Amino acid sequence: MSKILLEMQQITKEFPGVKALNNVQLKVEEKTIHALVGENGAGKSTLMNVLSGVYPYGTYTGDIIYDEKECKFQNIRESENEGIVIIHQELALIPYLSIKENIFLGNERASHGIVNWGKCRFEAMKLMETVGLQEDPDTPINQIGVGKQQLVEIAKALSKNVRLLILDEPTAALNDADSEKLLELLLRLREDCNMSAIIISHKLNEVTKVADKITVVRDGMTIETIDTHVEKITEDRIIRGMVGRDITHRYPMRESHLGDVCFEVKNWTVHSPEISEKLAVNDVSFNVRKGEVVGIAGLMGAGRTELAMSIFGRSYGTDISGVMIKDGKELHIKCVSDAIQNGIAYVTEDRKKQGLILINDIRVNTTLPSLEKLSAHGVVNENEEVKVSGEYLTRLKIKAPGIYQNTGNLSGGNQQKVMLARWIYADPDVLILDEPTRGIDVGAKYEIYCIINDLAAQGKSVIVISSELPEVLGISDRIYVMNEGRFVGELGKGDASQESIMKCIMQSNK
Amino acid sequence: MLSKGNIGMHHQTTETNTRSHLFKKDIIQMAVRKYAMFIALIIIALLFQWLTQGILLAPMNVSKLIMQNSYILILAIGMLPCILTGDIDLSVGSVIAVVGAIAGTMTISMNMSVGLTIVVCLVVGLIIGAWQGFWVAFAKVPSFIVTLAGMLLFRGLTMVILDGNTLSPFPESYQFVAQKFLADIPLIGAIPYSTILVGIIVAICYVLSEMNARKQYIQYGVKVSSKKAFIAKLSLVTFVCLYAAYWLNQFKGMPIILLLLAALIIIYSFVTHRTVIGRHIYALGGNERATQLSGIKTKWVRFLVFVNMGLLAAIAGLVFSARLNCAGPTAGNGFELDAIAACYIGGASATGGVGTIVGAIVGGLVMGVLNNGMSIMGIGIDWQMGIKGLVLLIAVGFDIYNQAKK
Repeated sequence: MSKILLEMQQITKEFPGVKALNNVQLKVEEKTIHALVGENGAGKSTLMNVLSGVYPYGTYTGDIIYDEKECKFQNIRESENEGIVIIHQELALIPYLSIKENIFLGNERASHGIVNWGKCRFEAMKLMETVGLQEDPDTPINQIGVGKQQLVEIAKALSKNVRLLILDEPTAALNDADSEKLLELLLRLREDCNMSAIIISHKLNEVTKVADKITVVRDGMTIETIDTHVEKITEDRIIRGMVGRDITHRYPMRESHLGDVCFEVKNWTVHSPEISEKLAVNDVSFNVRKGEVVGIAGLMGAGRTELAMSIFGRSYGTDISGVMIKDGKELHIKCVSDAIQNGIAYVTEDRKKQGLILINDIRVNTTLPSLEKLSAHGVVNENEEVKVSGEYLTRLKIKAPGIYQNTGNLSGGNQQKVMLARWIYADPDVLILDEPTRGIDVGAKYEIYCIINDLAAQGKSVIVISSELPEVLGISDRIYVMNEGRFVGELGKGDASQESIMKCIMQSNK
Repeated sequence: MLSKGNIGMHHQTTETNTRSHLFKKDIIQMAVRKYAMFIALIIIALLFQWLTQGILLAPMNVSKLIMQNSYILILAIGMLPCILTGDIDLSVGSVIAVVGAIAGTMTISMNMSVGLTIVVCLVVGLIIGAWQGFWVAFAKVPSFIVTLAGMLLFRGLTMVILDGNTLSPFPESYQFVAQKFLADIPLIGAIPYSTILVGIIVAICYVLSEMNARKQYIQYGVKVSSKKAFIAKLSLVTFVCLYAAYWLNQFKGMPIILLLLAALIIIYSFVTHRTVIGRHIYALGGNERATQLSGIKTKWVRFLVFVNMGLLAAIAGLVFSARLNCAGPTAGNGFELDAIAACYIGGASATGGVGTIVGAIVGGLVMGVLNNGMSIMGIGIDWQMGIKGLVLLIAVGFDIYNQAKK
């Protein structure tokens, strides 16, 4: 057994209202690739942020022992000095700077503040050769593909004398060939440079291929560590570890009374606005009935938000094709106000950036899309508005001193309720909720599920997008599974389980 | 049993007492924050009243103050919506010049009628606004750049139209709005004490509208202030209206431009606060993406804001050239900065979404009183500029400090 490079002991990290990490243990041996797997929100990224000093020492409890020393990192710089480098899912490269400038960003080859470009270039070429990147080091980053950008990130890490490289979803944005190349590079670096790596990934086929050890994280706790050299690993084995939890009354009961098909989308295809050949949504068809709650499950980046936004008045994507039918009639929606007029509403995933006007009060936020209803000849009847927003305040149990409270001062759960109030008052037939319970506490979650049930009982069609599988299973009548822009499965309430959903996703990855 | 109940009750009353006490303190604090600039304006005015030995607030000087600052205030009314949406318009000074040049050429060089000239100038303002609005809203060029280009473009255009000359004098009727008083209007002039009459009418309108609003509040179950406070407020405003009328009457009566200004303030306050489009402007400045996803056509809102700015810049251009009685190539130089400063001093936020028309007017008056007061004292333009700069910085700094404390 080789030497242990890193040991994290009893790491506990709390955010207001949530225990993100609970007594986590992690041991990484020298010259190994260690995989960290788990659902979204299980605590993998938080753990890595603790390790790399994003959350400084003192904001968590527990010990980090690295290279036989106890470490108390205050920031990323200190962990990088020890050779721990993290590559985040969203690459941290400056698009308009060249490859060599990016490699040495924050770590410039300079004396007395003056950059030695000759040395820079020479060393950059050496590093690029190590990672197998054949480009001119003066090429701007935005002119090379994502796969090569990933290699630049690794070269950047190597320039910092990395001993432990942490990769957060390194292959999420890559195609198969590029992923393959990246994984081979990791194996090579392990042999040639004595480097260890921690890799966070949802793609279990890749994990089983490269990892020496696999640690499963669930609900902020480490469940088990599997040694791939001792035990023959199957994906089913890992999935069981990832999702095995019991569900007890976290979701209110509902009797569904399904009506006719209310809303239908056929062959919906959306091109990504950044990379025009990439399909963000690929030939998706689905329908939802009156009084039905339909869940759309999938991992982050599966294209669910893109699907919802493109339906909601073409707010995302270019070159959108497909047919939208509501109550038997085809819809031609060009902008958001068309969508709202046709009875479609969308509650955004990011309530702070895309939902609320945080500097305005609850009243203004509630009535924003429905001002026409409250006004005559373009003049708003403020008294009526006060009455309406007061009604929704009590109906949705928004906890605030009053309707004049700024939404920026509300808790996440109450902010979400204001968003729901806004769109329920707009009185849509089809309501799309994107991650309606993200980042809010259990009590508020339950109340939001009750609101969703109420809406369904009134005969509305509700579409819920969620990355939390238990939630999708708990509230939906029917579940669509989405992965890489496509719908890869449709499951009825009876045959849906966390295992079956994960299986749909994993099988489509191959 | 009984004593226990008593203790409980006693406890409760003290609690309500402290609470109402806290509540009062809160209200005072809020009022200080809300009316900080208004209070600052009064203090500055009183300070200069003392420093200038009573000249500042003398009836003649008050008339002059209003007439001198009217065009900046008109610009500030147009500028505020731009700032609310998170934009800015640097071109208004040049637009004033170009409008003056067109008016001068039409009335002075070509002897055309004043009515037609005014219509043409307003249309030109709308077209300029639409031009800049197109680039900002639809072509998505940042407003700073579009209007910086406009500033150069329209200044150049002014010089082309005027051929480098200054045109003067304008016909009598053209100067009417900017230079005359209520008593100079033929029909109204026949009525004695017309200015005081206007003051009385304004006071009556105010009282009626307030009473109507209160009735509606009660009808909708909204909490209203006590009857005593309400009557006190009404009497105070009525007194101020009548006294102002009396004061202006001491000189030549009410300047006509004050009527125009008052009309614009009332109309734009109403539009920004009570109408759907006003709400959309504030929402757009508060969070553009969220506004878009609420089905509001943000591009059109932004476009209209710039069209409106063009219109008000044209009005300001007409007033300014009429007041100076000439159309010159350097007219309106730097006015854009005065208008922008007025908005910021009046509490508008540089990131958009916060600000009021009345605030912008108060901000403009702060600058106007400073200018006028220092001029009377004989302080040179060099010091005036420096002091104005510091006032802008301190006002905005104070505002940000207040926001952070909240």
